[in-house]
Amino acid sequence: MIRYVLARFASLILSLIVASLVIFAVIEIIPGDPAAFMLGVNARPDTIAALRTEMGLDASVPARYLSWVTGMMQGDFGQSYTYRTPVAGMIADRVWVSLPLALYALILSTLIAFPAGIYAASRRGRPGDMAVMGATQLGVAIPNFWFAMLLVLVFAINLRWFSAGGFPGWDRGFWGGVKALTLPAIALALPQAAILARVMRSSLLDMLGEDFVRTARAKGLSRRQALWRHALRNAMIPVLTIIGLQFSFLLAGGIIIEQVFFLPGLGRLIFQAISSRDLIVVESVVMLLVFAVIVVNFAVDLAYALVDPRLRTKQ
Amino acid sequence: MTMSRTLMTASAIALLAGMATAQDSVTVGIQLEPPNLDPTGGAAQAIDSVLYSNVFEGLTRFMADGSVVPGLAESWTISDDGLVYTFSLRAGVTFHDGTTMDAEDVKFSLDRARAEDSTNAQKGLFAGITDVTVVDPLTVQVTLGAPNGMFLFNMAWGDAVIVAPESIADIASNPVGTGAFSFANWVQGDRIELTRNDAYWGEAPALASATFRFIADPTAAFAAVMAEDVDVFVGFPAPENLPQFEADPRFQVLVGNTEGETILAMNNKMEPFDNILVRQAVSLAIDRQAIIDGAMFGLGTPIGTHFAPHNPDYVDLTGNSPYDPDRARALLAEAGFPDGFATTLKLPPPSYARRGGEIIASQLRAIGIEAEISNLEWAQWLEEAFGAKDFGMTIVSHTEPMDIGIYANPDYYFQYDNPAFQQLMTDLNLTTDPAMRSEMLKQAQTIISEDYVNGYLFELAVPTVAKAGLQGLWLNQPTAAVDLTGVSWAG
Repeated sequence: MIRYVLARFASLILSLIVASLVIFAVIEIIPGDPAAFMLGVNARPDTIAALRTEMGLDASVPARYLSWVTGMMQGDFGQSYTYRTPVAGMIADRVWVSLPLALYALILSTLIAFPAGIYAASRRGRPGDMAVMGATQLGVAIPNFWFAMLLVLVFAINLRWFSAGGFPGWDRGFWGGVKALTLPAIALALPQAAILARVMRSSLLDMLGEDFVRTARAKGLSRRQALWRHALRNAMIPVLTIIGLQFSFLLAGGIIIEQVFFLPGLGRLIFQAISSRDLIVVESVVMLLVFAVIVVNFAVDLAYALVDPRLRTKQ
Repeated sequence: MTMSRTLMTASAIALLAGMATAQDSVTVGIQLEPPNLDPTGGAAQAIDSVLYSNVFEGLTRFMADGSVVPGLAESWTISDDGLVYTFSLRAGVTFHDGTTMDAEDVKFSLDRARAEDSTNAQKGLFAGITDVTVVDPLTVQVTLGAPNGMFLFNMAWGDAVIVAPESIADIASNPVGTGAFSFANWVQGDRIELTRNDAYWGEAPALASATFRFIADPTAAFAAVMAEDVDVFVGFPAPENLPQFEADPRFQVLVGNTEGETILAMNNKMEPFDNILVRQAVSLAIDRQAIIDGAMFGLGTPIGTHFAPHNPDYVDLTGNSPYDPDRARALLAEAGFPDGFATTLKLPPPSYARRGGEIIASQLRAIGIEAEISNLEWAQWLEEAFGAKDFGMTIVSHTEPMDIGIYANPDYYFQYDNPAFQQLMTDLNLTTDPAMRSEMLKQAQTIISEDYVNGYLFELAVPTVAKAGLQGLWLNQPTAAVDLTGVSWAG
């Protein structure tokens, strides 16, 4: 077990280093001078030069990379070019929108997908199964931003149950924040739930055909008991993988949903920072998201070890 | 059936209850969020949109029709040689943190803006100032190196607002001004909140509070207005929806002019645009109305020169370049290009450029000019077109007010070099007499029109969609501002 964990941890560190190199290199290649862009069309060359020196753009590439990495390890993500405030603060503000949104969407997605997938697997071949499969087919095909606009049209403009977007802030009340995130979370969750339900169903069906389930039935357990007590646990491994991948997607891929609902989250921050050539913000946020994805994968790997005893005692 | 009726009634009651308390506050939607809250430190117009005249004030101030009126300076005298301006400041004005506004603050603001290391985006406004002296707490004397007829106009800009040394340290996140509203809160990415300043020196505004919300996406903006999440949207980005709002009794639609002259800039030092006949041919090949209808949904006023049509000194020179493709072809042949030529058309992100560019390219193709379109981001455009002058043609909107002076700068990106015009501009700057200035401005417009320096397309319109009961909103945008001091709810 210890060896397994250490091996996974080593691969985590290596992935982080490689990712940081790639991110830094890619961002260096994007054309455009941030200082000229920030000061606008009528700025004088001496003002632009002063800003370039102030932002440290004149240092050599390896020096800038090292100062960026060491800064990040100390929690200093640098100073945003356009906002003139520490990036760490900006990220902290926005992660409190993107992270709860991703979690909310994940919870909704799981709550919908698990029952649907289990129901479909247990009613295999019968109308119940076909209905669920038809629904998931639709869910996989629908683009989430289009679905989001549909939700806005029905629930915000027509019914006025929700506002069309925006986020009032957690300090205005927990439930106010949850309400503001509901439509976006549904828009994100439904397509993901469709995928997860299908994976759940096929994984469970695989398990139901295994020897140990036949043994359990032979022992005298009903079909339902065999499913819940034995098949389900073993079916979780592919499902966990997908959940891990989905969380990464929800965290970083909410950029379009954040545009449609004008939420002040990480996705929109990256979008705005790229448009205004705010390199430090782009580097830091992308690095943070990569870090989140790698850590989530690491957690999923650990979860495998917990769920699957075979991994714990590997020779 | 009954359940949804109950829900409808319940939501209607909730809505009414909400509306009853909303009559002294307003929620304003704008597209761009300011990157920081210092109008004197950066170029972003969004900063002025939120703070100009609401939170910050200058010595003079723009009104809705573009006229310049006294602001923090109650009155002024100008010396006979036009070099010394003596401003008498209003008494009893305080900043939002309680400190008094006096001549020391004016000196601080002007010196800070014109300092060596100032990051003020409009340093040129202050370049002519040689000295600022405090005569007494309510009188300040500004000495110029040379007479400048635009000085009072310049002091009305958002970059020239008066700030205080006591609050300058964190002005970017906590702006402290003298305006009718004080800054309350900024939830980055979502909104900025302002509240009424009860210690304001002037007439109290009708509104007790205001919230600015930032919605960049056109569809989201439409949804926000329809769902009544915002009371007014200034600079509504989805003009295709305007007819729907006009037909809806809940809303009013205001379409005004900005100071944005949208031009098809030609690189005057690059062949073949160094030939006036070629430039004239290009100007005659363009059908302005087709561009306005096709790219701007019919919003925009055609212009024949680089000047805003709502300005009293405007001369309508569209007759110099009517849509005449036959004559354009003849001119090209006369210039030595009977089969036309190929060139580049570099387009920045805004839709007037991207959509307008495609229409212009096809209009030019009709007379034999092949324009190769490349779509650039702003930073790229600034580097390639504006900085390196590596372009044949480009489309951009110049939104600074009274900026015909850019044609006197031979290094400006379109590189027009006419000594007669440069002399005219120098003379204009030294003239303060309004009648003479008017004559010279008209002459300037005529010169750049007859020289066909650029293809003058149209003046950008600004559509505003608001709830029917809201009054006092600016129709035009003589400067980037959402001035809420005169806004109120009817009834």
